[in-house]
Amino acid sequence: MTVTVARPDRRTQPPVRPTKGGAKDRWVRRAPLLPALIFAIVITQIPFLYTIYLSTTSWNALRPGDRPFVGFDNYVTVLSDSRLRSALVNTVVLTAGAVIFSLILGLVFALLLDRKFLGRGIVRTLLITPFLVMPIAAALLWKHALFNPTYGLINGIFGGSTDWVSSYPKAAVITTLVWQWTPFMMLILLAGLQSQSHEVLEAARVDGANAWQIFRRMTIPHLRQYLELGALLGSIYLVNTFDAIFSITQGGPGTATTNLPYEIYLTMFRKFEYGEASAAGVIVVILTIIVATFALRVISSLFKMEENR
Amino acid sequence: MRARLHDSIWGVVAWIAGIIFVFPVIWMVLTSFKQENVAATNPPSWFFAPTLAQYTQVFDRNITPFLLNSLMASIFSTILVVLLATPAAYALSLRPVAKWSDALFFFISTKMMPVVAAFLPVYLLVKHLGMLDNIWTMVILYTSMNLPLAVWMMRSFLLEVPREVLEAGEVDGAGLLTSIRKIVLPIVSPGLAATALICFIFAWNEFFLAVNLTATNSGTSPIFLVGFISSEGAFLARLCAAATIVSLPVLIAGWVAQNKLVRGLSMGAVK
Repeated sequence: MTVTVARPDRRTQPPVRPTKGGAKDRWVRRAPLLPALIFAIVITQIPFLYTIYLSTTSWNALRPGDRPFVGFDNYVTVLSDSRLRSALVNTVVLTAGAVIFSLILGLVFALLLDRKFLGRGIVRTLLITPFLVMPIAAALLWKHALFNPTYGLINGIFGGSTDWVSSYPKAAVITTLVWQWTPFMMLILLAGLQSQSHEVLEAARVDGANAWQIFRRMTIPHLRQYLELGALLGSIYLVNTFDAIFSITQGGPGTATTNLPYEIYLTMFRKFEYGEASAAGVIVVILTIIVATFALRVISSLFKMEENR
Repeated sequence: MRARLHDSIWGVVAWIAGIIFVFPVIWMVLTSFKQENVAATNPPSWFFAPTLAQYTQVFDRNITPFLLNSLMASIFSTILVVLLATPAAYALSLRPVAKWSDALFFFISTKMMPVVAAFLPVYLLVKHLGMLDNIWTMVILYTSMNLPLAVWMMRSFLLEVPREVLEAGEVDGAGLLTSIRKIVLPIVSPGLAATALICFIFAWNEFFLAVNLTATNSGTSPIFLVGFISSEGAFLARLCAAATIVSLPVLIAGWVAQNKLVRGLSMGAVK
């Protein structure tokens, strides 16, 4: 996502039209931006260009000094590797599963919190708490305190002796991720609900619309952009999931929960195949560009909406 | 009257949902006050004599340096982020440069890049420079991780400065620095605080970079927890105590900043 910058929506107008000043004025305007811009380019873009270069070499760190140029060989290896294909599938399943379920649960919570009731602030605080627990702490908590077959809380409450992590590894990881990310979805959707115009909702009620009709015909269309935003930002963060895989399943059993970040990590630090790891990294970036292009479009349209309000 | 009743029923439902949802966290805190043999019982023990033994254990096992490393990496990177992002956001909002939207989208695009894709060169360079296991390496990397978020967030707060007031100030002869100090800063300082808190939270919780770049000298809080990964829950109560300790700073920060949290998480796209 570094080589191309998606074009923003042309309809997005600048907050203040830049005046046509002289060269000096332009530099005065630019000066505050430059340190951040240069910093970001140096730390993110240059390493990525180097990743592209590394992806064309055959470099295993266990064979130092020997780094021949191999062109697209690494890409061929990576794309024909069944481990990587399964990692790709796992990434999609884990990300989509976590995003969809956290979005649904987040919507339910947001609808509950959109009403007035005693202690609403406290309930909101309770509901955002899982998002704030350190992700690796959350993952270990679920693994040991909840999913454990002999003394885990889930078996303790519902009975049985299921080894949740071994029997349902994907579901176990998704459950943990959903628990952590539901608050994120809830906060975005709650912001969406609260930006609804009360007069319009009141008018609909006066016209005899029932709660379900209002929800279907007015709330959901209004929330659409917020749902999209939550899904896309959630996907961007969740595609990178590493903590949960590393600590709950270590990618297993077998490769059942090995996602792309974890697979690249293994290629880098277990197999020391730097060339292959780089090629896999570049492929992930290309896939992310595709998703991110949609994300940027959604964000642009939200900007537009804000200005029209 | 009926609407009132209706609302309170939904209120009860919301309370129940909230308590069930947060229950794993409550369970974590409860377990951290148990003895190991009490923690590992089936069925779970609800009533027990609370003890601080696990907390003493965790501190005896030297969690303090890890906490201090996290604190350093998070605070210094947050300061650096704010120092870089605030002027940049200013240049992208109140007195925008010509291609302000391209610059804005460039920043966000770096956030969308998976860390693993640019990590190897960073790792090799850091290793080459002998900067592995060094807290300043983490400060620099956390700064670049949070910079886009902060630029977007600060921009959305800066846009709230009423332009008329700024212009009136200029007409009255206020220079750039005066108007920043007297008009802009008072209005955006709550936003600035929220931005800093969110950057702190992300830096404090970061795991991937920490696990690959730090070890004994500069290990951050998540690294302390790595030791519990393969213990198969033999030290469940101690794990819970450690997890509670490392999560506490962010829990407090997040509860304080919850009103602004959504704005930061959506990078300012949603108010």
